[in-house]
Amino acid sequence: MTTSRRKFIKISALGLGGVAATTSTFSMFGSSSYLNELVKENVSKKLKITPTYCEVCFWKCAGWTYSDEDGNIQKIIGNETDSHCNGRLCPRGTGGVGMYTDEDRLKTPLIRTTINGEETFREASWDEALDLVASKFKDIKEKHGAESLGLLKHGCPGWHFEHLYKSLGSDTIAEPAYAQCRGPRETGFGLTFGSWVGSPEPTDIRDTKCLVLIGSHIGENMHNSQVQEMSDAIDNGATIITVDPRFSTAASKSKHWLAIKPATDIALLLSWMNVLIEEELYDKEYVEKYGFGFNELKEYVREFTPEWAYGITTIKPEEIRKTARAMGNAAPSVIVHPGRHVVWYGDDTQRERAIAILNGLLGSWGRRGGFYFKEKINVPNFPHPEYPEPKWGWKEIGEKYPLAQMGVTNEIINASIPNKNNKYSIKAWMVTGTNLIKSIPDTKQLKEAMDALEFMVVIDTMPTDITGYADVILPECTYLERSDIVRSATNRHPSIAVRFAAVKPKYQSKPGAWIAKEIGMRLGLEDYYQYKDFDEVIDWQLKELGTSREEMEKIGVKNYPRTSRPMYLNEDETYEFGTASGKIEFYSHELKNLGFDPMPTYTPHPEPPQGFYRLNYGRSPMHTFSRTANNPNLNDLKSENNLWVNPKTARILGLKTNQEVWLKNQDDIISNFSIKVRVTERVRWDSVYMVHGFGHDNKKLTRAFGKGIDDTKMISKIFVDPIMGGTGMRGNFVSILTENPHKTVEL
Amino acid sequence: MRYAMVIDTLKCVGCSDCVVACQTENNVPIGYCRDWITETVSGAYPTIELELKSERCNHCENAPCVRCCPTGASHQLDNGIVLVTADECIGCGACIESCPYDARYQHPDGYVDKCTFCHHRLEKGQLPACVSVCPTKCMYFGDLDNPNSEVSKLLKNRKWKTLAPEAGTKPKVYYLI
Repeated sequence: MTTSRRKFIKISALGLGGVAATTSTFSMFGSSSYLNELVKENVSKKLKITPTYCEVCFWKCAGWTYSDEDGNIQKIIGNETDSHCNGRLCPRGTGGVGMYTDEDRLKTPLIRTTINGEETFREASWDEALDLVASKFKDIKEKHGAESLGLLKHGCPGWHFEHLYKSLGSDTIAEPAYAQCRGPRETGFGLTFGSWVGSPEPTDIRDTKCLVLIGSHIGENMHNSQVQEMSDAIDNGATIITVDPRFSTAASKSKHWLAIKPATDIALLLSWMNVLIEEELYDKEYVEKYGFGFNELKEYVREFTPEWAYGITTIKPEEIRKTARAMGNAAPSVIVHPGRHVVWYGDDTQRERAIAILNGLLGSWGRRGGFYFKEKINVPNFPHPEYPEPKWGWKEIGEKYPLAQMGVTNEIINASIPNKNNKYSIKAWMVTGTNLIKSIPDTKQLKEAMDALEFMVVIDTMPTDITGYADVILPECTYLERSDIVRSATNRHPSIAVRFAAVKPKYQSKPGAWIAKEIGMRLGLEDYYQYKDFDEVIDWQLKELGTSREEMEKIGVKNYPRTSRPMYLNEDETYEFGTASGKIEFYSHELKNLGFDPMPTYTPHPEPPQGFYRLNYGRSPMHTFSRTANNPNLNDLKSENNLWVNPKTARILGLKTNQEVWLKNQDDIISNFSIKVRVTERVRWDSVYMVHGFGHDNKKLTRAFGKGIDDTKMISKIFVDPIMGGTGMRGNFVSILTENPHKTVEL
Repeated sequence: MRYAMVIDTLKCVGCSDCVVACQTENNVPIGYCRDWITETVSGAYPTIELELKSERCNHCENAPCVRCCPTGASHQLDNGIVLVTADECIGCGACIESCPYDARYQHPDGYVDKCTFCHHRLEKGQLPACVSVCPTKCMYFGDLDNPNSEVSKLLKNRKWKTLAPEAGTKPKVYYLI
């Protein structure tokens, strides 16, 4: 095979389309809105209500799908008994119906082929496509071992293919959710409290007196119950402190907005520690009982005065003192929020350590209005033989990063590029539930790895950018069309939620569980699939959990009482933290022994040179990941991203709102498409900002193609966290081009 | 009975959930909407204010759209809700022109459409779709004639405004500020 084999296929697949007629969801209704209401009243009597939990983002809110006999989904409504949503889905969940109706969906299995010298995809039957995947996997396993098969995944489909991989003897598994997202906070909080933060975060926002957000933009990220609780906190008069160079939505709800100079957060955090300790505002009793290394910390932060931090962060000393006192006064009912997407500058685990240490000083871990002790219920695994023991896996591949606690995607990508120094060599990928082109920075390296692979299969619902690089594409049906794993998540109390298929899969799409099993059976893994279909697994699990399909069809969510321990620490108890010392580690011997700073240090980061602006990116409440831009309902709310530019910058460059511009970064990477300028005071003069997940390359996404700019493409420089392998992505600088740099190419 | 909606701008994050919930509840075609979000930024970095709010038909007590409708398709119920009877609407667009809030649009099928306060849901004892879905719970709905209703209490205890009061329309959508 030649390297051009992996050439991204942009042209339409042969014969694609017309496989099944798109049914119009609403065509059944008359043309008058008055009649609509009458007709709908009649129709609504016949609507079927099926429990589900959402798969547009990772919050997994439980809800009800309303569908009619013809397979039209009318709406999706939140489940009132669900602690993830309390009956209120977010815009993405409400608009989840668009995932189902999107006429650009993957419709049949597709196989890469060459016709008249041109690479394209051709339609294939499921049997042919599955046979091909299984035979390639078998060959590669025999030649290089099962370990050389890599899985890059996210979400529920990921669960099914993880089982397939482990049954096959491969633990070469990673997801961008760790090294490209929340990894540093899990490692940082783990080092300090001996416990991951996890998802949903056990932040007791509804009862807090003071919520501190460090670059976390709750409200723009629609992490549903957290957004709801922030609203409760506003009602309750809580003090919100937001640290963000951009005037985020959360900043606009805050009593204190600290407009920090980008990349200087650790200096602010250290000076807050200084004030809390110097002014004796910290929780002395708690620190004495549960703290480890407090004296070292006290000595260490003595020099980090607000005056010292002022010169670095541009935040005035009195503001630093005022906000530290607000936290101290609210303690222990205070949350210095760990954030979620925290891979910024490469020293992210240390910044998260600093956040964790602040919470430790304030005594907020295990306290009402701080962090509660979460609890979940274990869903038993359907019986299967022990998984074979792989010779190596994600741990060994990521061994450069001693405290990586999950697979590091970028290391799996590295190990896929042939190199004589490679100890571990990966030959094939399965990619599911993640659009790697937009979730992994340094696209050049990613493409080099994909070029070198012997085989790549992508399983998705949509022709996202990554599907264009596959050898085989398998169309998964949406979450609304499949019954799936029982959801169990950590929360104030344990609960389970079910997802049952509301309608039949459209086109020839199939559930991930079915696809995984079909591949497994072809690979001789019958012992790991001792059931007819996944419904049998669900029924068995529900029985084990003391319920049934019949009950769950009626309630959707089952809540259980807590059994582990109270949600908060009792005054008379002595709690043992999961760290080496059993205490909250202000000073970390573990880090010291590995050659890292035992307490967080501030290091200056590069600043944009003349003519360049720091590229910051964030979330819009209507979209998630880079997988929703083509959803007809969500695209209708927001169809492209904008480049936020401060009026001062706009004046210098002569930019106007809605003007089309292109971007060029420090490595001369030029954006594929243009973006419209939004001149706004909400962003600093030294940075520009855009929402992540736009600028799609795949023409098959008819609504999203070429709309806006892909921020990930502009992130060619990454700052790797030496502790856990996270890829810091906030240190890229762009210049703004007002002339189309692609013009000559087009002529 | 005088229905009113109260929206707390201090809590709204402008997520547009109200927009998409209305679209799926009321079969509003993609590309059209009965409610929408506005964002107002004032001040200069770093002293800025941001107001986000969800807007829609104000169900005005003194409704210009009802007065100017040549066929009577635009009409007002006793509870204050302003509706359009699609069958009687000739799509002349006079109401669209008369509305100071730009709350009406011409449906692709020809008639004029707008927010109904989800009166089909109210009849079943449910709240309007936008109110029931809002993740920040910043929207309230109820009866102004009842002094104990949540909306009456909020308007009594909080600072509020209405949009374009100078138009003299007596709108029934209130914004807490």
